Amino acid sequence: MKAAVIVFPGSNCDRDLAVALEKAGADVQMVWHKDTALPKGIDLVAVPGGFSFGDYLRCGAIAANSPICGELKTHVERGGYALGICNGFQVLTETGLLPGALRRNAGLKYICKPIELCVEATDTAYTSDYTKGQVITVPIAHHDGNYYVDDAKLAELQGEGRIAFSYVDNPNGSVADIAGVVSRNRRVLGMMPHPERMSEASHGGTDGKAMFTSLMSQMALA
Amino acid sequence: MKARVHVMLKNGVLDPQGEAVRHALGALGFDGVQGVRQGKVIELELAEGTTEATVTEMCEKLLANTVIESYTIELG
Repeated sequence: MKAAVIVFPGSNCDRDLAVALEKAGADVQMVWHKDTALPKGIDLVAVPGGFSFGDYLRCGAIAANSPICGELKTHVERGGYALGICNGFQVLTETGLLPGALRRNAGLKYICKPIELCVEATDTAYTSDYTKGQVITVPIAHHDGNYYVDDAKLAELQGEGRIAFSYVDNPNGSVADIAGVVSRNRRVLGMMPHPERMSEASHGGTDGKAMFTSLMSQMALA
Repeated sequence: MKARVHVMLKNGVLDPQGEAVRHALGALGFDGVQGVRQGKVIELELAEGTTEATVTEMCEKLLANTVIESYTIELG
């Protein structure tokens, strides 16, 4: 699998994400937000966590309008895979590649702690190595992770089985405890928690690792 | 010319910051504050002749996230 990790000014999980992908066996290249083309043959574009452009205006809003995001949209429209974690999820909603928006946490506080997630969907390239209903522990680290969709969109997401992860104990007020969603073609995943920060024994747990091994095995099948 | 864009969370979208301000006002003894909504004001310095349609496009593309926010434009 060939993956590109986008780096924006203020990204701070770009290296963690690249390392998690590399350890799973991916060939990873970093791309800069001003780049106007993705490297050739990229299967997955990964949008990392952090505080792109200082979270000015809205989290992810400026990043979503950067030159590389035009390429990201083209990549997804061609059926390519895209993964957005934390700020990356915010960027993917701001680009319109995923539905909904991330609001300020209901408790108004930045939350940084390990939390439990329930794996809701295993029929995605990102979650096939998990079992449905499995509870995993991964960290969250965000101030604006309070996922919002209106009732009609929520019904659509539920009906299409597009909620990939939900919080066992909702930390931020997200609608329907949603922690991560996939696109209609199931190739774009956005999530607030950080599987890349829980993918080696030295991280204190390896519950996030299966996301990266899932991707590798699914790409090998493709 | 100038334009002023007001961006607010849409009605029906819970505004936790507005709620916190409402609670704080109550704690200060201001009774009867039944709701607080917090938004933002963006002031734009524009070339003369910029149309409202152009400012609307700016709002749609960047200044507001219309999934959760509504906006109003004041020109001049």
